[in-house]
Amino acid sequence: MTCLVKSICGAAVLVAAIMVPRAAAAGAIEPPALVALKPGELQYWAAGEFTRDGKPADAPHVTVQMSTPLSIMRHEVSVGDYNRCVADKACVPLSDGQTNPDLPAVMVSFNDATAYAAWLSKQSGAHYRLPTDAEWTYAAGHRAPNEAPLGKADAVARWVAQYTRESQAAPVDTRPQPIGHFGASENGLVDIAGNVWEWTDSCYTRTVLDAAGQPVGHGTVNCGVRIAEGRHRAYVVDFIRDARAGGCAAGIPPSNLGFRLVRDDKSVWSLF
Amino acid sequence: MNISRRFALLGVAGAAGAAGLISLSGTNVPPAGVPAIADTAPPVALRREKVNLVAPPHVHPHNQVANQPPAIKEFKLTVEEKKIVVDEDGTTMHAMTYNGSIPAPLMVVHEGDYIELTLVNPATNTMAHNIDFHAATGALGGAALTLINPGEQTVLRFKATRPGVFVYHCAPGGPMIPWHVVSGMSGVVMVLPRDGLKDAQGRPLHYDRIYYVGESDFYIPRDEKGKFKSYDSAGEAYTETEQAMRGLIPSHVVFNGKVGALTGKNAMTSHVGETVLIVHSQANRDTRPHLIGGHGDYVWESGKFSNPPETNLETWFVRGGSAGAALYTFRQPGVYAYVNHNLIEAALLGATAHFKVDGKWNDDLMTQVQAPTPIKTA
Repeated sequence: MTCLVKSICGAAVLVAAIMVPRAAAAGAIEPPALVALKPGELQYWAAGEFTRDGKPADAPHVTVQMSTPLSIMRHEVSVGDYNRCVADKACVPLSDGQTNPDLPAVMVSFNDATAYAAWLSKQSGAHYRLPTDAEWTYAAGHRAPNEAPLGKADAVARWVAQYTRESQAAPVDTRPQPIGHFGASENGLVDIAGNVWEWTDSCYTRTVLDAAGQPVGHGTVNCGVRIAEGRHRAYVVDFIRDARAGGCAAGIPPSNLGFRLVRDDKSVWSLF
Repeated sequence: MNISRRFALLGVAGAAGAAGLISLSGTNVPPAGVPAIADTAPPVALRREKVNLVAPPHVHPHNQVANQPPAIKEFKLTVEEKKIVVDEDGTTMHAMTYNGSIPAPLMVVHEGDYIELTLVNPATNTMAHNIDFHAATGALGGAALTLINPGEQTVLRFKATRPGVFVYHCAPGGPMIPWHVVSGMSGVVMVLPRDGLKDAQGRPLHYDRIYYVGESDFYIPRDEKGKFKSYDSAGEAYTETEQAMRGLIPSHVVFNGKVGALTGKNAMTSHVGETVLIVHSQANRDTRPHLIGGHGDYVWESGKFSNPPETNLETWFVRGGSAGAALYTFRQPGVYAYVNHNLIEAALLGATAHFKVDGKWNDDLMTQVQAPTPIKTA
């Protein structure tokens, strides 16, 4: 068991790499490799859009307590993994041309990802789901874009600055790469924030803030648009598979859409 | 003269021919600037000037108002056949280019100048190439005089008699013509009026910056599963590419040779108060440029400066086989998309460029009175 000490804004997070072998039923799939992140505190720039006084406002910097251990897949779901769900007729086939089973599954919509999670849960008896945006940011560690607001006075200057920032962060090669190509984050998550943007369960929100920066009222929640995380935070329509041509992109779109899952399970530490 | 019924059926020209006389309409006044038919004397003792071309979307330095008498402007184009990547999926194409870029560079001269082009086809290439200048007169635009095999070069001189932006492209003959053009072999010559651009009232128009956006349609074949194919050579690609071309539906419609070439880090830039001339060419297929968030203050839609520009356009039409030019002074900062306004081609096939414009926002022209908020009840 390797331990790495890492800081997110002062919080120490111990990381362990764990295989989760369970009793294999005949024909059962091999459970995915998971990374377990210990509880801790996450400070990050909140997702979604914010207004104050009818004008765009900066996202607040929030503190989130991750109070239970977080088990998250070490790798993105691969073409081979996803195709097992397709073979079981529980998932829509991938777009043509994805023939290499060892590449991450891409051109995957939010709906595709949740269908896979439902299938994998049924197969394994554990509960797999997409991470929330906070969970993804926590897991991504220093690779999380966690972009500070640009501090621009007006919406247009903000827009241009965001465009420039996303241009500079954009991957040079947008073609899917073999799993492991982008290395691992300090938490051991392989390829996170590479050139595949990963779906989260979090919906697009627009929150009204009062003068003190506190949320007022219920704001707007649009779960037809979900957050896809990568080198920058993207908001993409849930049925879109190809974010380069679709989604809410007003700047630089995600290079690819894929995903990895979280496993909600208390018995994650079993060794046999 | 007696015109028999047979000659009358041939039409007036036939009758005149039968009478042994063809009457030339040399009495029409040629359009402004075009020399009379009888004026055939070649240039003697003209000053020569070598021009170094730059890669699009930029344009080599030049004066808008000519400050010297007409000259022979020397240009050089070297044909380069090369394999290129045309989109973010890594789709490849065997391109044919002048000077290695798609589109080829924009050449600027003034009306009355001569363009003397040295065209080189290095021995490393596999095919014969030539050049057809829409700005030139005679010999298929020069194509009949410039066909060169790998290992050869040639020099062509033509007089720039008509002001405007004009396409040039490779035209080796027959089906090779469309194939070479949709493989990337086209560019633009801009012939400026000697006293610069003018509006309809004859008032001078000046640009602070010029961009050349060359739009290309590619026809890359797909396999039976719909995936783009790749080939070891242009020759190997030809048969299936020709079949794709016959369908007349491009697989890619791009600016500057590849999807996203003028976006992100390569977005064009400007600032509020700056006047930009955007030259747009399409050597093969109609297009309709539009600056999202802006307009065309002065647009030479058909690209010829002897015609007064149209004003205040939202979208303009550049017919296939031509170039157009639009002048605009930016009034708002922000990100602009410059597109072919067939939005399917813009968003799905690649025909989108971006401008990043800084400066001060003008609240009078537009203001967000209220940012989006939940619908107010009661």
